[in-house]
Amino acid sequence: MGSGGEVLGALTDGPALRICHLYPDLLNLYGDRGNIMVLTQRARWRGLPVAVTSVGLGEPLDPAGADFFFIGGGEDRQQRIAADDLCRRKRGPLQDAVADGAVVLAVCGGYQLVGRYYRPAEGEDLPGVGLLDLWTEHPGPAARRLIGNLVIEVEGMDAPLIGFENHGGRTRLGPGARPLGRVRTGFGNNGEDGWEGATDRRVYGTYLHGPLLPKNPAFADRLIAEAVSRRHPGFTLAPLSDGNAARAREVMLARLGTPAGKSARARVE
Amino acid sequence: MRLSTAIALGKATATLSRRLHRGGGTTMPGRVARAVEPRVLPLLSRRLRYGSVIVAGTNGKTTTARLLAHIMEALGRVPVHNRAGANLAAGIASALVEHADLFGRPSGDVGIFEVDEATVPRVVPHLAPRVMIFTNLFRDQLDRYGEIDHIAGLWRATGEALRPDGVVVANGDDPLVYDAVRGLPGRLVTFGIEDERHALPAIEHTAEARYCYRCGTPYAYAWTYFGHMGRYRCPTCGTGRPPIDLAARDIVLAGADGASFTLAPSGGGQTARITTVLPGLYNVYNVLAASAAALEMGAPIDRVAEALASFAPAFGRAERVVAGGAELRLLLSKNPAGFNEVLRTVLSGGPLPAVLIAINDNIADGRDVSWLWDVEFEMLAGRVAHVVVTGLRAEDMALRLRYAGLAEGAIEVQRDYEPALRAALARAAGRPLFVLPTYTAMLALREVLQRWGAVGRFWEH
Repeated sequence: MGSGGEVLGALTDGPALRICHLYPDLLNLYGDRGNIMVLTQRARWRGLPVAVTSVGLGEPLDPAGADFFFIGGGEDRQQRIAADDLCRRKRGPLQDAVADGAVVLAVCGGYQLVGRYYRPAEGEDLPGVGLLDLWTEHPGPAARRLIGNLVIEVEGMDAPLIGFENHGGRTRLGPGARPLGRVRTGFGNNGEDGWEGATDRRVYGTYLHGPLLPKNPAFADRLIAEAVSRRHPGFTLAPLSDGNAARAREVMLARLGTPAGKSARARVE
Repeated sequence: MRLSTAIALGKATATLSRRLHRGGGTTMPGRVARAVEPRVLPLLSRRLRYGSVIVAGTNGKTTTARLLAHIMEALGRVPVHNRAGANLAAGIASALVEHADLFGRPSGDVGIFEVDEATVPRVVPHLAPRVMIFTNLFRDQLDRYGEIDHIAGLWRATGEALRPDGVVVANGDDPLVYDAVRGLPGRLVTFGIEDERHALPAIEHTAEARYCYRCGTPYAYAWTYFGHMGRYRCPTCGTGRPPIDLAARDIVLAGADGASFTLAPSGGGQTARITTVLPGLYNVYNVLAASAAALEMGAPIDRVAEALASFAPAFGRAERVVAGGAELRLLLSKNPAGFNEVLRTVLSGGPLPAVLIAINDNIADGRDVSWLWDVEFEMLAGRVAHVVVTGLRAEDMALRLRYAGLAEGAIEVQRDYEPALRAALARAAGRPLFVLPTYTAMLALREVLQRWGAVGRFWEH
């Protein structure tokens, strides 16, 4: 599976892809660490040097220390602990990193925390770090959770993103953020406006877990390429064979009655 | 009169559904009876001479309930218990209706009911149990249950329903369980493992309780046995593992063949050496839970040990089946913590030629399979030559194994159960084949085995 990875590794000081996992032992609800596994394996399979660090409660975050920041989901209680620490210690460094072209992927509870605020079912509002112009409100303990398989179409991508969602909060976007995609199956941000996720600059927020990246390798590669190109402009990734992912996608899309994207079909053949 | 009608109709439903092969009538009779007489649970359960025991928790409910029933039988008591998986109110009502005559007189004298985690508050007030067992609390089917904190809150809220003379038997090594039950009325009896030789080198990813539920400070773990079970303490508020009333000491694990340990009550009471065919530390916890409840129900410790030695596993839980000239071992694997323990047990005997993994995403399995990424399948890489995957989410499982470091050629997808079993048996080449299914995949595989003449129908257990 050779690529330009080795060459790139030789050109740089240290790893070409530096991933920072925020609160791995606190926000880890829905197999979220699978996203990190996919990022690192896909880099390794290409011979691309990769490093993963984690930053937890009370620890400083170095905006120049990573090219890719990941935040997963947690239960309300864990989310509250994380929100407090995020706002007090990590807001400034994260904003600096984004301004400098770093990639941020925030899933589910993490997605809610990169917005302006999250109003939980009970208790006080949780402040967000404001990386994306959005806010989330939980309609109350009696409201139904938005749970199920989720398929969205993303502009500029041949194949839809596939995953699972499970959230009580309803998210709405302000003018500063674009939706990540349009819902084909499932609820998305709020179950009403047909949009899912949000993006701005290289920040991506989504309710898609499953986890997100294993079954959406094209999206994983897009994020890897963006992260690496922060310090290596013009960088492109060599393709990998993703037969297992393609078959898992096909089975789920067929079950949901959604035709597979053309690229997914092409990969199977 | 209404109770008699409810029982009669419930029994008729059971007969009918069995005739129609509708899964043995494990829940419909109860649903029918409750529709006629909503108070069927309290009316029938209060006639049980020795009262009722309920078993709740994420892992180990069925095995613990069956262990306890087995001990009670050895003491000459006649347990009434619900079928594996039929652990909502209707399943419990079905068991009571089936074991009562038309006047509501029970044919048994002690109720042993496994109760779905989230159903505890809806069932406990009706049963007024004498003993409540709480095994452990892990993430499981989050799409159905909501969040772990929610379940712990439901348990906490059952307080008023417990009899004042009731006993709460709880896993003292699980901070989530202990936090949920410590305020409940009734006497608290804790069980736990006291054998640090079996501690893990590092806390597992599947650990749920890393932060103190009182104050949010990270727990200081002296060690863990699996998941978040272990010796923990909050350095800020001092909340920690309670004193253990019934401990397992000097544990010897015999791989997939079973375990033995010393059952030791606190305060220097009589101890007993326990031998069981149930493998792994997770089953040591199940045996402990059942033993603690049995002792509370008046069983002498040596009779408990004697009964445990003759226990045969519940269906699909370390069950051994001979089929096609080979031995199969079915180990239900339904969530990350349980799966990790099963993998460790399976691999403890050295490298294997083949393993069969069957993953479904029906409602009873949980529709969200993201938990597969919380399981340490990396353990299999280099230690199992060939993995056959089947079930509705076979492809997701194959993808997970690929990222766990298994070669593409070492992973075989067989969408259908029977070809999957045949392929895995062929690869096992005479060695016992370990079959690791989710709940409904286990039922489906057993149907195949039953067609092969290997096992009985599941309601016959």
